[in-house]
This record gives sequence, structure tokens and C-alpha cells, in this order.
Amino acid sequence: MSQIKGCDVSVGYEKKIVAGNINFEINEGDYLYIVGENGSGKSTLMKCILGLEKVVSGSIVFGDGLKQNEIGYLPQQTFIQRDFPATVKEIVLSGCLNRLGFRPFFGKKEKAMAMEAMEMMEISDLAKRSYPELSGGQQQRVLLARALCATRKVLLLDEPVAGLDPYAQEQLYALIYRINKEEKTTIIMVSHDLEAAKKYATHILHIGKEKSVFCTKHEFIKENGGCLF
Amino acid sequence: MPVLTTLMEYLSRAMVRNALIVGVLIALCASLLGTTIVLKRLSFIGDGLSHVAFGALCVAMVLSISDKMLLVLPVTIIVAVILMSSNDKKKIKGDAAIAMLSVGALAVGYLLMNVFPNKRAGNVSGDVCSTLFGSASILTLSKTDVILCIVLSVVVVLFFIFFYYRVFSITFDENFAAATGIRFKLYRLLLSIIIAVVIVLSMQLVGSLLISALIVFPVLAAERIFRSFLTVVIASAVIGVVCSTVGLIASILLSTPIGATVVCVNIIVFALCALIGKVFGRY
Repeated sequence: MSQIKGCDVSVGYEKKIVAGNINFEINEGDYLYIVGENGSGKSTLMKCILGLEKVVSGSIVFGDGLKQNEIGYLPQQTFIQRDFPATVKEIVLSGCLNRLGFRPFFGKKEKAMAMEAMEMMEISDLAKRSYPELSGGQQQRVLLARALCATRKVLLLDEPVAGLDPYAQEQLYALIYRINKEEKTTIIMVSHDLEAAKKYATHILHIGKEKSVFCTKHEFIKENGGCLF
Repeated sequence: MPVLTTLMEYLSRAMVRNALIVGVLIALCASLLGTTIVLKRLSFIGDGLSHVAFGALCVAMVLSISDKMLLVLPVTIIVAVILMSSNDKKKIKGDAAIAMLSVGALAVGYLLMNVFPNKRAGNVSGDVCSTLFGSASILTLSKTDVILCIVLSVVVVLFFIFFYYRVFSITFDENFAAATGIRFKLYRLLLSIIIAVVIVLSMQLVGSLLISALIVFPVLAAERIFRSFLTVVIASAVIGVVCSTVGLIASILLSTPIGATVVCVNIIVFALCALIGKVFGRY
């Protein structure tokens, strides 16, 4: 069975449907790009997958032993975080919070996990640095490390490279790709970057006003004569 | 030293000691809660809630309810829960909602007090003034007040110790916490209730106009110097306690208004911290 399956999903807000008829199926190790215009409902669909919002109709079903809280999340930066006094280590460690259960404090296991995630994201040397002092690319890697602490099954990234310089974009894409390959982590990415979608995606979900299309990358490229949309 | 002897003489009185204990404990609670309030960009929640409490107090007076806290506390808690809940879906955004409630409650309260002058409160403007700017009532605290305050501070401090990582998580990123299965709504609810209780209690110390100072200044001062969440929380608590101790003693010795003096000490410490932060090359 697939990890996440969407059947005839409609999303929207205040009962108004923004996008409907969305069907998709995500298996372990997939790399899915959710693309579409601004306001097409990408972010709302993402929030539905995360369980932060409810679908207007249809259903999103988890299979393969995946639980709702096993989806790691890399949100877009909020204005609160821009000058938040916290060290890299504090933020990464906070990703382990869902492993605590009723314990109030982190143990050795969680701390080791945070260290490992920081090593994977190549930010170990920044551990004691303060988050607002970092560059945009470094900040994204910190949040990615935090998401890795929460789960290794599925990662959902909301426009992770927005606002980064080309070098930092490449670096972040490479790291995400490595997580996908090495950890068999399913990646779901909301993005505008079609070039990167061509390069990394296994599947593409295009959300449009009239209809939404879900298929593998190759089908998509073939059908559109080599150009996406 | 004549100053010291005067101070000792004051401190030998139970009412002054009680005032000091209560003042310091309230400042401790306010500065701890202030870290998450300020970082969540809700700095004016203290102001707003205390005005709501003021409004509720006026209603309680008009209705001649004997124990006013029975009305004031629940109303303030409900408003706190509403204001703290995440504001991206609401029609009126956080800051506007706080501003609206704040002045609205103030106006309605004051109007009610004037339209229905209570038999017991002969002096309306005096009453209003003492609620807004804090009164000498901190010097007439009963033993129950002091015990209540101690219990509350213990609760707040324990909450911060045992829920430290959860408080961090919901302050830094509510969405991530929710997505990874943290019951952030529960923790946020607890936090809102505690904030409301602390604000209602600290109204008697600095009054409802100056209450934001106790919440905002220690954190902002700590933020000038420290760069991790843990150090900011600890420094904020220390600064809050020191400022209110110094302010209370100064106001006793100089016979100045308590609330205003405590706030002024906070301003001075903030300026000092900002200076230290600048000298050491941060900000």
C-alpha cells in the first residue's frame, strides 16, 4: 500500500473550494513536486496532508504504517523567527520533541540524534551560533535538520529555496536529494522551480484551476513535448 | 548610614516585607512569561488583558459582586485564550484585536463606573486612577494574598521548567509543532490561563496601564545581550526580579509611586543592556 494516497481531494478555505479533483499516490522513497500557480491551493493541500487543515471533500489516507505525526515539515520562514534568540542546537533539538512522550527533558538519545542530523546537514560547526545571525541557506539547513529529528519517513518542504542565492539553492537541493536517496525518505516539495523538478522529481502533481494532473516525471515530459507546462 | 537605617526600619514591618515578596514574585512570573509573549509578537497582550480585567472589575463593582475576582478572572482568562490562539485565520489580526479589546474594555468600564456610581466607592476618579496606575494596596496585602502569590509563582516556575522545551517549540514554530504531533493547543491553553492569572494579580502592583512594562522590558533587555533561548529566559527572570526589588525599595525610600518607579528602573536597566550589547558588537 502507498504511504499517502489522496482520493478526489478538494481543498479550500472557508468552505470555498480552491482546487478540486486532486488524486495522487505517494510511495516510500518518492520525490514528489507539487507545482502550480500562486493561489492554486498548493499550500492548502500541503497543510491538509500535515493535518493542520481539513480537506473540503475527498480523503487523504495514510498507509504503510505511516502516522500523521511522522511527516517532517520545513515551513516557510515566519517573521517571528527572523530575530528569534535561539542557538542552532536548541532549534534542531526541538525537532525531537515528539519523541519525548511525557518526559520533560531530552536524554542522551535525543541529543545524539540532533548531533547526527546537524552533521548530515553540515552545520555541526554552527551548533552554538545564534539563528538570526546565519545566512538564509544555513537557516534552511537548520530547519531541515530539525525536521529530520522529528521523522525520517516523509519530509514536506514548502518552497525551501525561495529567497536563496543560486549557490545555496544548489547546495540545499543536493542535501535534500541525498536524504531522499540515503535515508529512503519520501520527499514532497511545494515549489515554483520547474528546472529543479525536472532534475530531481520522480513524480509531479500539477494543481490547476480546471484540473489537477498527477503522473511520473517522464510521463509529464513526454506528454508536454519535453517542456513542463 | 541613615538610608540604611531607614530601610531597615521599613523592612522590619510585615507589610513592607509582604509588598517586597509579592512584588518580586510577580515580576519573576511576568518576566518569564514575557519571553514567550514578546517573541510571539504579542507584547501588548499584557496591556490588553489588564484593561479587560479593569473593565470586568468595573462591571463587578456595578453589579455589587462581593468577590470581584469571581468575575474578573474568568473573563480575563477567556480573552487571553482568544488572543493567544493563532491569528492567521481570524478576521481581525492579533495586534488589532488586542488594541480593540484594550481600549474598548477601558472605555466601557469607565463609562459604567460613572453611570452607576457605586455606593461604596465615593471617589470615582480616585478609584480609576489607582486601578490604572497601581495603588498603595500592595502595602495592605493580606496573608492570603501573599500565600496566593507564592503558590502562583511556584506554579509558573515549575511550568517553565517542566514544559521548557514545549514552550520553546510553540513559541518558535507552532505549525511545525502541530505537524509533528505536539499538542500545542493544550500547552498554549495552559500558557494563556497562566498569563491571565499573572496579569490580574500584577494589576495591584503596577496598575493596568504599566503592566506591559513588567512583561516586556526584562526580555528585551536580556535579548540585547544574550543569544540563546535558555540564556534569554534566565537573564530575563533575573533582570525582572532585580528591577522590581530595586524599584520597590527606591519607591519606599523616596516615597514615589510604586508602579512608576519599578517601570523606570526597568527602563534604566534596558538602556544599560542595550549599551552593553552595542559595546560588545551585537546589534
